[in-house]
Amino acid sequence: MNLAPILPELILTVGAIVLMMVAAFMGRRGSALCSWASVALLLGASVTLLGEPQSAGALFGGLIQADGFGAFGKLVIYLCAAVAIVMAHNWFERDFEHAAEYPVLILLSAIGMSVMVSATSLISLYVGLELQSLSAYVLAAYRRTDDRSAEAGLKYFVLGGLASGILLYGISLLYGFTGTTQFEGVAAAFAREGTQSIGLLFGLVFLLAGLAFKISAVPFHMWTPDVYEGAPTPVTAFFASAPKVAAVLLSVRVCLDALAPAIDAWRQIMIFAALASILLGAVAAYGQTNIKRLLAYSSINNVGFALIGLVAGGVAGASAVLFYMAVYVVMTLGAFLCVLRMKDEKGESIEGIDSLSGLSQTRPGLALALATFMLSLAGIPPLFGFWPKLMVFNAAVAEGLYPLAVAGILGTVVGAFYYLKIVKVMYFDAPGRPLSKPGSAVESGLIVIAALIVSPLGYLLIRPLGQLTNNAAGSLF
Amino acid sequence: MSGQMTGIPILSILVALPLIAGIVALFLSASGARWLALVTTLVSFALGVWLWSAYDPGGSQWQFVEHYALGGGIAWAMGIDGIALMLIMLTLFLMPICIGASWRAIEKRVPEYMASFLMMQALMIGVFTAQDLLLFYIFFEGGLIPMYLIIGIWGGAERIKASYKFFLYTLAGSVLMLIAMLAMILTAGTTSIPALMAYDFAPSLQWWLWLAFFASFAVKMPMWPVHTWLPDAHVQAPTAGSVILAGVLLKMGGYGFIRFSLPMFPEASAEFIPFVYVLSGIAVVVTSLIALAQHDMKKLIAYSSVAHMAFVTFGLFAFNRQGIEGAMIVMLSHGLVSGALFLCVGVIYDRLHTREISRYGGLSDNMPKYALLFMVFTMASVGLPGTSGFVGEFLSLVGLYAVSTWAAVVATTGIILGAAYMLYLYWRICYGKLVHADAAAMKDLSGREMWLLAPIAAVVFWMGVYPESFLRPMRADVGRLLERIDRAKPAGDSHLTAGKPAPATPAHAEAH
Repeated sequence: MNLAPILPELILTVGAIVLMMVAAFMGRRGSALCSWASVALLLGASVTLLGEPQSAGALFGGLIQADGFGAFGKLVIYLCAAVAIVMAHNWFERDFEHAAEYPVLILLSAIGMSVMVSATSLISLYVGLELQSLSAYVLAAYRRTDDRSAEAGLKYFVLGGLASGILLYGISLLYGFTGTTQFEGVAAAFAREGTQSIGLLFGLVFLLAGLAFKISAVPFHMWTPDVYEGAPTPVTAFFASAPKVAAVLLSVRVCLDALAPAIDAWRQIMIFAALASILLGAVAAYGQTNIKRLLAYSSINNVGFALIGLVAGGVAGASAVLFYMAVYVVMTLGAFLCVLRMKDEKGESIEGIDSLSGLSQTRPGLALALATFMLSLAGIPPLFGFWPKLMVFNAAVAEGLYPLAVAGILGTVVGAFYYLKIVKVMYFDAPGRPLSKPGSAVESGLIVIAALIVSPLGYLLIRPLGQLTNNAAGSLF
Repeated sequence: MSGQMTGIPILSILVALPLIAGIVALFLSASGARWLALVTTLVSFALGVWLWSAYDPGGSQWQFVEHYALGGGIAWAMGIDGIALMLIMLTLFLMPICIGASWRAIEKRVPEYMASFLMMQALMIGVFTAQDLLLFYIFFEGGLIPMYLIIGIWGGAERIKASYKFFLYTLAGSVLMLIAMLAMILTAGTTSIPALMAYDFAPSLQWWLWLAFFASFAVKMPMWPVHTWLPDAHVQAPTAGSVILAGVLLKMGGYGFIRFSLPMFPEASAEFIPFVYVLSGIAVVVTSLIALAQHDMKKLIAYSSVAHMAFVTFGLFAFNRQGIEGAMIVMLSHGLVSGALFLCVGVIYDRLHTREISRYGGLSDNMPKYALLFMVFTMASVGLPGTSGFVGEFLSLVGLYAVSTWAAVVATTGIILGAAYMLYLYWRICYGKLVHADAAAMKDLSGREMWLLAPIAAVVFWMGVYPESFLRPMRADVGRLLERIDRAKPAGDSHLTAGKPAPATPAHAEAH
């Protein structure tokens, strides 16, 4: 069998197993080696994705498909994972007993996500999701001596387990009523029987509920603020980026492939989830005093916008979702990199929004970067965060979904309120206690790169990135 | 076309220059940033003067055209017509004055302040030059960020509330316009503004599109009843912020009506004439009365802005040459005059640190130069013949009268009320006895302040005495606009009939 289509996964799998051994035998001394080797593995796996043939067809009897859509997703996921490892390396090194297993867990999670974005069967979907989730539960509880981290891990595990159960129940219903786990077969069954079949309909609802939990869309978002707040900051950054991309892409494939004939059924659900996420993400964020909680609500809010693209469907809608997620992770990772810099004189992490007050006077560069990310997340032009929002609305308008587009865009105004609050604290308020001096040059470099991408210079990326997302979305149909 | 003949992307330079200078300013000291900002704005102004001289009023509609496709349906498309040219000149003229006005008034965080102003300039020029619908939107909305910072960081005591109100009000107004733009692009299949200006949308679609655009421009303008952000923003903003807000940002609303609402949706515009007239009529009367009752100088001028902007909407929706040209002159004149009035307020605010009108009085005794210039701008605001205000208000009233006698009657009461509140303001500040010792101790205008106010006064007289200089570049473009909207032109309510003059009598002929 030709193994080339799954080369990225193979690289990561073999690498993860070897590094696990390294971590086990070298212990603490192996941490730097493991971190940088993992980054190299992720970058290497990304390189193999470039220039990949558009589709190698169904693999493993139709369990996964290595197509352009999956390749785009993997590329984004691997880069996010690499950044998350770089962030964590310094953070754990300075802060607390570093264990070399951290990068290995990220690698395993990345493999799970690779399976998620290429899954074309309900079984591989579930396996990928669980591999990703189990690594994530451990990561959330990684600072095991910290009560908050342990609590976050436990909460994530219990609620995640519940969601997996719901998802599995949906899968079993679909399997029972269609007789197959293949997306194609499910789609054929929906085309044949429509949503008249109550079993199919229930299966669809449970499946989507499980997925909504993973993308933290309202009303299955409750775990997000607690887990984001409790987990170590680099882990939170990871949660907010790569797994989110994977879950959203998985939902796109499920909705536009397996459930395509039942579009009327899932569209209502997704419209509700999109608008509720936008609104709740915006309203609930306002009262937050912890920056990580605020960013959790921000991620809920942003997923809502991505779902608008999904609701629109078609190549334009799917492409808009891909574009949205790609830009979203840059803004989110940038924002978390800035949050990592929030340390008091003793080097202890601080997470209160009030500790940012007057940052523009004590640390102008950091304040400018964070303000850029915040305004970009809010979608205010001329920052680049505006463009993906425009794309999802464009897809919705092209489908004639005017009420959805209008409601969504009014949501951006509500959301702008709390993003502005961060800018206000940093720029309008008097300086508080100064933050400690900057950390590593690698992180500074990453912040600068992220800030440049979301700055108006990002508009130069419209053509290349747009081509990528269009090709990727095109491979779905 | 001129731009292609010279081959210099002058419009891009006008956008890029302040942008680059703004970034550089962040790394300079306070005085370095001041000088850099001043030099940049003066160089931009010089480029603007060259632009005006190179612009050919009889040439093609769009000149200095640039076009680079960015992919994804957006292009860096630039180009100007005479209407945009005049508004660009207004911007470039006011910017060095704003920098000068902040020279001493702003002492904290000067580099960031100058950077914000330079960014603001780049974005404002972008709004008037963009020929791509989405590019226009990006510039139009982008201006919110620097203005939010200017009000929020360097504003007065209530600055945070005012900055939020400004930002969210304007954003809420504008987002619906974006959806409308997407619908237009989808229908017409292009983002090019010139192409869209010639595209005929179905009247039923026009109705919705017009409303969405109106929501944005009415907030920006601002029109009654969505004007409430303006008094707050004006009062709290630093002097130069108020100048740029009143001088240029408010003009974006009027520019939007001329560039988008009228030529793209002529039928819908005609249908909404009564609606616009009612809102404008209420604005003229109500905000003038509110202005009459103000104790805060800046608030008074802010409300007077709302009233003056109503003349713009009256004139624009008259659908005739006098009305539209008058509206343009009102915009230019108001940009100069209200800017100058805010500077006049700033001059005495810098000395006494209060905007309370009753704390002043009798300033014509100890500040004669100030009293004279303030008088000039008061008269220009009232619309005294010989000043710019007269030309604009007269033309828009003439245009308006041709359509609706009643609207003209209401608008004219606005002029009378305008005279009342402005003269009342002038009287309370400059006449009477010098009762307050601290006000009596104030020094007259410094050389710097003279340099800020005198050029504006000169242009106010120039526009008042020889408006042709400003009308000539716009004439052909107003003509094209009229051609476009002619099919929806409303019938006037004054049914003029030609008189029947008696034939010339032989006796008259004999007299020669």
